[in-house]
Amino acid sequence: MAEAESASRPSGSFPKQVLYCGVCSLPSEYCEFGGTTKKCEEWLLQADPELHGRLYSQDAIEANMAALSVDAQKRAEKDAQKKAAKAEAAAAREQEKKATSKVVIKRVERNKRKFVTEVTGLEAHGLDLKKVAKDFGKKFATGSSVTKMPGGGEAITVQGDVSDDIYDYLVEIYPGIPEDNVECVEDKKKKGG
Amino acid sequence: MFKKDVTPGAKTKVKSSAQRGIRAKVTETYPLLEPYIDDILPKKEQLDLVKLPDRVSLYALGTTPLFFQHMDDALLPHLALVHKYPACFARVRIDRGAIRFVLSGAALMAPGLTSAGGRLPDPSVADEDEYAYGKEDLPAGAVVVVEAEGKENACMVGVLKMGTKDIKEKKKGAALEAGHYLGDGLWRLSLD
Ligand SMILES: [Zn+2]
Repeated sequence: MAEAESASRPSGSFPKQVLYCGVCSLPSEYCEFGGTTKKCEEWLLQADPELHGRLYSQDAIEANMAALSVDAQKRAEKDAQKKAAKAEAAAAREQEKKATSKVVIKRVERNKRKFVTEVTGLEAHGLDLKKVAKDFGKKFATGSSVTKMPGGGEAITVQGDVSDDIYDYLVEIYPGIPEDNVECVEDKKKKGG
Repeated sequence: MFKKDVTPGAKTKVKSSAQRGIRAKVTETYPLLEPYIDDILPKKEQLDLVKLPDRVSLYALGTTPLFFQHMDDALLPHLALVHKYPACFARVRIDRGAIRFVLSGAALMAPGLTSAGGRLPDPSVADEDEYAYGKEDLPAGAVVVVEAEGKENACMVGVLKMGTKDIKEKKKGAALEAGHYLGDGLWRLSLD
């Protein structure tokens, strides 16, 4: 392989800036080993056409091939196909999950006239609970935090009865969550009065 | 070590005395990082310790992960840090064929390092290679950054299970303990 001996000690000024793939998060030169190579390539073409030219040129592809025996190439190819299929299946599952996962906004009575609002199910829509909790706190000027649920999983607990406001806010800000999947419920605590 | 997704646990502030200790440890383990230590671990900024599963501690500056450590073992650099300061660590190189195995979390096997595309430090290498992977053999237990044939950036960091001399002689067996590799749970961990 006519490799411009990249083995020499890396030099130049540090810290070095490395472009990480917006699709798979690896340095772009490693995208070929993930299951999303096609998408990665499209992303890089936009993000850094020059690097794209280097990584996906005919020369580069041939050089890569030359580094492996024919057998190893075949195995790697098979492996890559399997990975791509897996990634596709995972993406489809994710899509399906998003389409069907319910977000529940529950009004919980703490004691007389005191309420908290518990929101569950946002993580299935790919949201970061901590961030959303912070947003709720700011938006509704109240306490809002991520809490562990007794049965496992996490909820966002917002102080006060803001269920309707949260409903409107979620539907407006996150169009990825189908409105039909958002549900408001009420929970009256009986035990302990 | 991070084959599965990593859920970060409690985050605590590192006391300034402990922070000094970590600085000292870093420059002791990685003397070549010394010129950059003020950029990597600025004295005035607050270092955080994030608890990860299986008794791993991660040191981070804001949302930037820097070093991680299993119990009291060696401080290992996060790969994003390695990418910024590639010349500051002991390095080996795997051949192209081994890359996909490393990226799927398999143990790094000796043949991936001893084949034509691999590189190891070697006292007897030709001059043009000398600069590349060093003349000094590395002992078992040394922290190494694993680069890859035809790639600019490292794909793994870990601890040698065998000394590099042994690897060259035996040419088989696991060469590296399970470490941190591109795309693993630690790589995907977001500290936002
Ligand atoms: Zn990619």
